Amino acid sequence: MTGGWELPIASNSDVVMVRQRVRSVAVEVGLSLIDQTKVVTAASELARNALVYGGGGLARIEIVENGARRGLKLTFSDEGPGIPDIEQALTDGWTTGTGLGLGLSGSRRLVDEFDLVSAPGKGTTVTVTKWAR
Amino acid sequence: MDRVPILKLGDILIISIQIDLDDQSVLALQEDLADSVVTHGARGVIIDITAVEIVDSFIGRMLATIAATSRLLDAQTVVVGMRPAVAITLVELGLSLGGVRTALNLEKGIALLDHVRGATS
Repeated sequence: MTGGWELPIASNSDVVMVRQRVRSVAVEVGLSLIDQTKVVTAASELARNALVYGGGGLARIEIVENGARRGLKLTFSDEGPGIPDIEQALTDGWTTGTGLGLGLSGSRRLVDEFDLVSAPGKGTTVTVTKWAR
Repeated sequence: MDRVPILKLGDILIISIQIDLDDQSVLALQEDLADSVVTHGARGVIIDITAVEIVDSFIGRMLATIAATSRLLDAQTVVVGMRPAVAITLVELGLSLGGVRTALNLEKGIALLDHVRGATS
């Protein structure tokens, strides 16, 4: 790991800031245009989730290395109510809010690695990684 | 909050999204546009997303909502200028925007509106 950034997610404009920072780091890591677009889109969904469902939280952006490969690792954490049924939350179209229910399930398809840790009352942490090809 | 200007060309309204909009601005645009369709009696709406780097589920839903709302207000919507990377990402995200007409650029979007209106009038 070489450095990292932490950004608060407390407002709609913070979600925009997260998108822009993820974009610039994705370019730095050497992701293709399509992979940049995918990871920024996933970041936008996950940051919005942390804001809307978690009542705000934190985004952490890291550059990771695996041999010669470089990648982008993003962690979104909140201290909201948590997710009682993770499998259900990862189903397309399932939502407790007013969204489309594609945020979690869709972002999982846009990244290479996806990890979700959550429990009722314990908040939610989603970690995703996108590797440069 | 940022407001996107709405341009009028004959009975068509044209909006071009040039900045990274936050969710509140996206909702404001939806409302402004519905008001403008009625105020100007517009028959067509073109949304240019040439400069838009990502379309997530929120923006995607805005496009679908604008198309559906405009249809109820007797106007057809065409989304123009989607980048290839955005299209690929949208499909993978699970949003195919089935109810939204698209054209590759502004010129083709206007031609499509003329064609649709020719067929229905």
